[in-house]
Amino acid sequence: MMRRVPLVTIAHARSGDKGNSCNIGLIARKPEHYPVLVEQVTAERVRDHFRGWVHGNVVRYEMPNIHSLNFLLEDALGGGATASLRADNQGKTMGGALLRLLVELPE
Amino acid sequence: MKSIRIGTGQGYWGDRLDAPLALVDRGRVQYICFDYLAELTMSILQKQKERDPSKGYAHDFVTLCRQILPRVRKQGIRLIASAGGVNPRGCAEAIAQVARGHGLTVKIATVEGDNILDRLDSLAAQGYALKNMDDGSGIGAIRDRITSANVYLGVAPVIEALRGGADIVITGRNTDTSLFLAPMIHEFGWRMDELDKLACGICIGHVIECGAQVTGGNYTGGWDRVPDLARVGWPIAEVSEDGSAVITKPDGTGGLVEAGTVKEELLYEIGDPGNYITPDVVADFRPVRIEDAGPDRVKLWGAKGRPAPDTLKVSISYRNGYRAFADLGFSWPRALEKAKLAAKILAERFRIVGLQAEEVLFDYIGYNSLHGPLAEFPGHDPQEVRLRVGIRTRTAEEARKLGPEVPCLVTCGPPQGGGYSARATPQEILEYWPALIPAAAIRPEVHFVEVR
Repeated sequence: MMRRVPLVTIAHARSGDKGNSCNIGLIARKPEHYPVLVEQVTAERVRDHFRGWVHGNVVRYEMPNIHSLNFLLEDALGGGATASLRADNQGKTMGGALLRLLVELPE
Repeated sequence: MKSIRIGTGQGYWGDRLDAPLALVDRGRVQYICFDYLAELTMSILQKQKERDPSKGYAHDFVTLCRQILPRVRKQGIRLIASAGGVNPRGCAEAIAQVARGHGLTVKIATVEGDNILDRLDSLAAQGYALKNMDDGSGIGAIRDRITSANVYLGVAPVIEALRGGADIVITGRNTDTSLFLAPMIHEFGWRMDELDKLACGICIGHVIECGAQVTGGNYTGGWDRVPDLARVGWPIAEVSEDGSAVITKPDGTGGLVEAGTVKEELLYEIGDPGNYITPDVVADFRPVRIEDAGPDRVKLWGAKGRPAPDTLKVSISYRNGYRAFADLGFSWPRALEKAKLAAKILAERFRIVGLQAEEVLFDYIGYNSLHGPLAEFPGHDPQEVRLRVGIRTRTAEEARKLGPEVPCLVTCGPPQGGGYSARATPQEILEYWPALIPAAAIRPEVHFVEVR
């Protein structure tokens, strides 16, 4: 049996800006959760998750040593910090948005 | 094994001003580094200098020195700050004044040569295209709107300043990490071909340069158990000559340093972790190890290095139109429906007054202003929702059309709308143009000022 939980249950995250791109570092709370991240939190899923809010490509980088993934989201901030009309023009809360994503864990 | 303690004094311009006091009093540090320059800070400073040629640097650093310089000099702590902005010598002169006021002796070095605003045309004539490195477009389209142009310098001139005996080093647009790497190279005698050690130094600098973000601030991993963030301690790296470090903070300060805070900050604002490019080394963060090593102590080691590219990054800013914002609250019952009706009315008003906007954004604070279409509206009827509107225009005149429309919504719109705030004053948009230039085209300079 599997149960579906939001990512926030097994991971934490920090996000920020680079021009009009946003990066999100996603860190497994326990080492045994890292394979769940690698298997289920793919670049494609993250791109789908942010549909309508992130308009560019999503690239994923793996960092097994620290049980983390780094996502680079392009065309993600409505024009970058100084030009964007968004309330979160620097992408500081994008990590929170990713942590809503549902993953499946064994019961 | 020899080790040194390096503290972070400020993570950005506007960071908490009393932060470095605990570092000075209880940090047992030999160096404090201050990072003041975000990507677009330079153009703000350039504007200040145009109005008053004696300005154009981060004045916060002078305010801070007024407070800490006597204790800093007494303990022999050396300060390295990218406070110089577009006027490092002006900043040095202001610090010299502070020292004279306190009756202190001090040797101040300035690092210059990063500012190429006045050289843009001669560099273009020499064939340096300064194309936008993200989309490849030519600089001609923005040439007459450029407000600042600075090259990210590396560690070499900062080391030269330390070797020359500077107690305080003031730079312009140096890379953040170079400020931290310089004292390591200076103290440990690392060679510039010891790439793994340089990469470790870059990694350490990257992790502590944003101040309290590594000592418990902005910590998703456990924000609700971080103690006393009102007195959070700014970070200290205890660096050993093999390139390993312990990340910690001054005794008796608030905050928290644990593996999770260091992991979050290692990942902060990076792209490819295998390819962290600096003018000094290309660092690979993937082999990095992070382990708890006692209360508020985390060991960090293992970065690998490859040779730096022979180009430097150029940060150019240019004017690109205006933006203006306003917002207005609506109360229960049916707050969101009222706010949405107000947005519809505003959109129609923009047509009536003939607003020429490049973009108009409506969103709802309390619902979706942070996450847009990802937000889920709560199942109940919320107590309040704020309509927020932003517009982007070519001219200030167009942007000014927003302000008068918002107060009228209180009397001409849905009921229970109030508490409007119209920051109707248009803000000029400064955009960022990243480019590359051969390192050989840039000559950093170091100058000294002594107060005896």
